[in-house]
Amino acid sequence: MQQNPSSDSIVSLRDVQKSFGSLRVLDGVSFAVERGEVLALIGRSGSGKSTALRCIDRFEKVDGGEIVVCGHRVDRPDVDLRALRQDVGIVFQSYNLFPHLTIEQNITLAPCAVKGLANSQAKDLARKVLAQVGLEEKLHAYPEQLSGGQQQRAAIARSLAMQPKVMLFDEVTSALDPELTAEVLKVIEQLAADGMTMVMVTHEMGFAKGIADRIVFMHRGKVHETGPASILTSPTTPELTQFVGTGNLKS
Amino acid sequence: MSLQLDFPAVLERWPSFLAGAVLTLELAAFATVLGALLGTLAAVGRGTHNALISGACKVYVETIRNTPLLVQIFLVYFGLASLGLKFSAFTVAVAALTINVGAYTAEIMRAGFEAIPRGQIEAAEGLALSRLQIYWHIILLPAIEKVYPALTSQFVLLMLASSVCSQISAEELTAVANYIQSDTYRAFETYIIVAVLYVILSLVMRAGFWGLGLVLFPRRRRLGTPL
Repeated sequence: MQQNPSSDSIVSLRDVQKSFGSLRVLDGVSFAVERGEVLALIGRSGSGKSTALRCIDRFEKVDGGEIVVCGHRVDRPDVDLRALRQDVGIVFQSYNLFPHLTIEQNITLAPCAVKGLANSQAKDLARKVLAQVGLEEKLHAYPEQLSGGQQQRAAIARSLAMQPKVMLFDEVTSALDPELTAEVLKVIEQLAADGMTMVMVTHEMGFAKGIADRIVFMHRGKVHETGPASILTSPTTPELTQFVGTGNLKS
Repeated sequence: MSLQLDFPAVLERWPSFLAGAVLTLELAAFATVLGALLGTLAAVGRGTHNALISGACKVYVETIRNTPLLVQIFLVYFGLASLGLKFSAFTVAVAALTINVGAYTAEIMRAGFEAIPRGQIEAAEGLALSRLQIYWHIILLPAIEKVYPALTSQFVLLMLASSVCSQISAEELTAVANYIQSDTYRAFETYIIVAVLYVILSLVMRAGFWGLGLVLFPRRRRLGTPL
């Protein structure tokens, strides 16, 4: 299952190793994401998929292997974290909006503080990205006044405002009921249609099948099976067969 | 045996009482602002990975919290004097009160910092904010908000505790009372008035902190959540 990441990959992992204490979480993981591609990381809880995703934005330091993201050597200790994170947007399961700031302030903070955008420009930008996720009317609301689905869409908008080259989604719908999940997935679908490069850890198999250009199935810290979305309907390994057979393909 | 109170004899000294009360409030205001800064820095310092800085902050906090305020005041007062440095009693009092309240503030703020969910910091890091920007925009106000009642109580306590500054003849409210009662021989009346004045000062401070809270935490104001 090894691939040679091509040089114009936005994200490439090669033989990545990561342990938490004596637990080997990533055991030689390699995959690459091309520009405009949507890659879905799937697998059981504990298979290492979230850790792999977090390594891309260096929320976890790897023990070995090579990670290149938009030209940044993420595996090196001297990586410029702030430059890396301007190129990479990340959205979390628990939204992590800043509770003391309005939605507008949540969105304008980083463009102003990091990129030095003028306040008025940042406010225009906030309106634009909120329109993208269908939340213009929540500009001046505080996070706690929004539903879970709305908070997650606002978090996506906040990330978009930094105009990242690639976006990472870490089980962004796991805390939401089916109805709210649908509204968040719709936003992500639109992003994919607009050509955003994305890596997503998801348990929504139906969604992964519909949106992903490529599936990476992780099992015990390794990339166990990878291929186009069709591998979900015709898996070749017994582990993926079992995984998709356990009712995961319901959409 | 009957109790005879003669308030007019004492109350005619009202300009002195007023001056003392104002000075007490000034002492408290300076020490609160400076102590809040010092305490916040000490709390940040205690949380750093630098063992020297975090150790120094810990020693500071524990030393102050385990010695009496009056002793700290004398240490600053006589310490500066023996170094040949001359400062007014007011300056010495502000310095000692600042050092004192800074240690308590550090502990309260540390609790506030620790109450910030890890996810908040990760989200901010993910947006490429620097460490300083994260402290300033993401951690500081929510941390203060979480411990605001404890923090403001501490500052009111500080104002009340400033009465021991009478010992180094700072002309604050208690020192004024000491003069007046020795002049008038009306000790009970004097201290009743002083007690009432301290209650008023406390209420003034609490009202001030309530107003400051409205400014600092607009979300509370908007959503009507009581602090």
